[in-house]
Amino acid sequence: MKNGKFLIAPLLLWLGIFFAIPLLIVVVVSFAGRTPYGQVIFNWTLENYVRFFEPLYLSIFADTLWVAVLTTVFTIILGYPLAYYIAQLPKKWQQPGLILVMIPFWINFLIRSFAWVIILRSQGVLNTLLIKLGFITAPLQLLYNDTAVMVGMVYSLLPFMVLPIYVSLEQLDRRLLEAAYDLGATPFTAFRKITLPLTLSGISEGTILVFISSLGMFIVPEIMGGAKAALVGNLIQNQFLSARNWPFGSALSIVLAILSLVLITIYYKALAAGKGGGKDA
Amino acid sequence: MPKTWRNHALLAYALAILAFLYLPLMILALYSFNESRINAVWSGFTVNWYASLFNNRRVLEALTNSLVVACISTVVSTVLGTTGAMALNRYKYRFKAAINGLLYLPILIPEIVMGLSLLVLFSQTAIPLGKVSLILAHITFCVSFVVITVNSRLEGMEAELEAAAADLYATPLQTFRYVTLPLAMPGIIAGALIAFTLSIDDFVISFFVAGPNSTTLPLYIYAMVKRGISPEINALSTLMMLTTVLLIILAHLLQGSPKKASPADE
Repeated sequence: MKNGKFLIAPLLLWLGIFFAIPLLIVVVVSFAGRTPYGQVIFNWTLENYVRFFEPLYLSIFADTLWVAVLTTVFTIILGYPLAYYIAQLPKKWQQPGLILVMIPFWINFLIRSFAWVIILRSQGVLNTLLIKLGFITAPLQLLYNDTAVMVGMVYSLLPFMVLPIYVSLEQLDRRLLEAAYDLGATPFTAFRKITLPLTLSGISEGTILVFISSLGMFIVPEIMGGAKAALVGNLIQNQFLSARNWPFGSALSIVLAILSLVLITIYYKALAAGKGGGKDA
Repeated sequence: MPKTWRNHALLAYALAILAFLYLPLMILALYSFNESRINAVWSGFTVNWYASLFNNRRVLEALTNSLVVACISTVVSTVLGTTGAMALNRYKYRFKAAINGLLYLPILIPEIVMGLSLLVLFSQTAIPLGKVSLILAHITFCVSFVVITVNSRLEGMEAELEAAAADLYATPLQTFRYVTLPLAMPGIIAGALIAFTLSIDDFVISFFVAGPNSTTLPLYIYAMVKRGISPEINALSTLMMLTTVLLIILAHLLQGSPKKASPADE
């Protein structure tokens, strides 16, 4: 197959037409203006990016970052021990354990958010249970607030954290721990001085995955959040589908995409600069 | 002694987290069998919600749309992805960084950005929002996953087998047909299953590029949730969860097999 090299052409052509070009159009639209009726007019302007700095939008962006940070912290707290537990299981139980973590990860975000609606809404499972048990007399407002959004985010993104941490723990050289114990280290010291530093690559990989996914998230706040629980994802969706301000929506999504890609690049640079453990998850 | 105490604590913690992951899904499934339409109080077992699902024309329409879109996107993205992965695996390319960027960016970039950029593309061209735009979009987000899956299988393969076939005077086409393709097949099938699952499950991108007559199952669920809670949503969600789980286990089994086939490496 002398001309086999060109077999890659259809794939590259496809991604060029349906991925690269649309992205470039969005970049162009982000510098465009619009008529009062929502028509895009191309008159090179920075106004959409300037508008981003209005307090309203900056605060939505700050909220999004804050939610992403909290989600990341909670998924580490919940995910690390679980990954640790799976990694120290006998070999034949590790695979089933991992699959158990993976399955919810493949189930639709929409369905997983809806599952929490069933539990948290005013006539939901939790309120009904609490009333039956006599803890409360009237249903609590558990849904459509910031806490509900946090629960939904942590719930949806937890598997993203567990998997990379598991991979780094699995690659950990157990002899180092034995050596530490031989030298009289307490379990806590051994964990702090050996396990934790050597699994930092897994934690940071999980952090990147969770952080970036929560930056662009809009299903969870859409289903579980109240009217004011908008994150950048909801704002972008709104600009495109309701407000019909495509140029501003484009500018916001370019900011979001660049932020995500910068974070990924920093992560891979840091990984390459370090010893490069946990190279593939 | 403290060691076993620690192990018990860790086990309890792990079980608690697994419960956190699974309880909501189990409750969701459980309540699809509850007679009461509005309350969380258990008022009796019924399969009525499933029955009404199968009598609902709009659900069946959404199911048909989902299946048509998923089948076509799977076939096209599997063919595109497999040929691409094979070429990438065999030949050296210049501009490798640009090629990798084009391949991996669709996975790395936030879904919402990809969805709206396709919406902008379709609105600028003459492609109306409907099944065609959905299929084009689904192929685009599936194809990179197929490339990665097939590629990981190809990398585990031994090049000697192809060389041996060539030594035995197999034409390149015969080598491909009788050696490369059968060896790569589990990877290709796993890639196709992943593409199918991604397509059936997709909400965010479909949300942007679907038209009024091309509602898929996730879009239908979203519309139902927005309208109000009903056990029919539970029933539909439960069926979708089951399908996803089955497909993923199948893909996993297929992908897991190359390691058993070649215990020599590692």
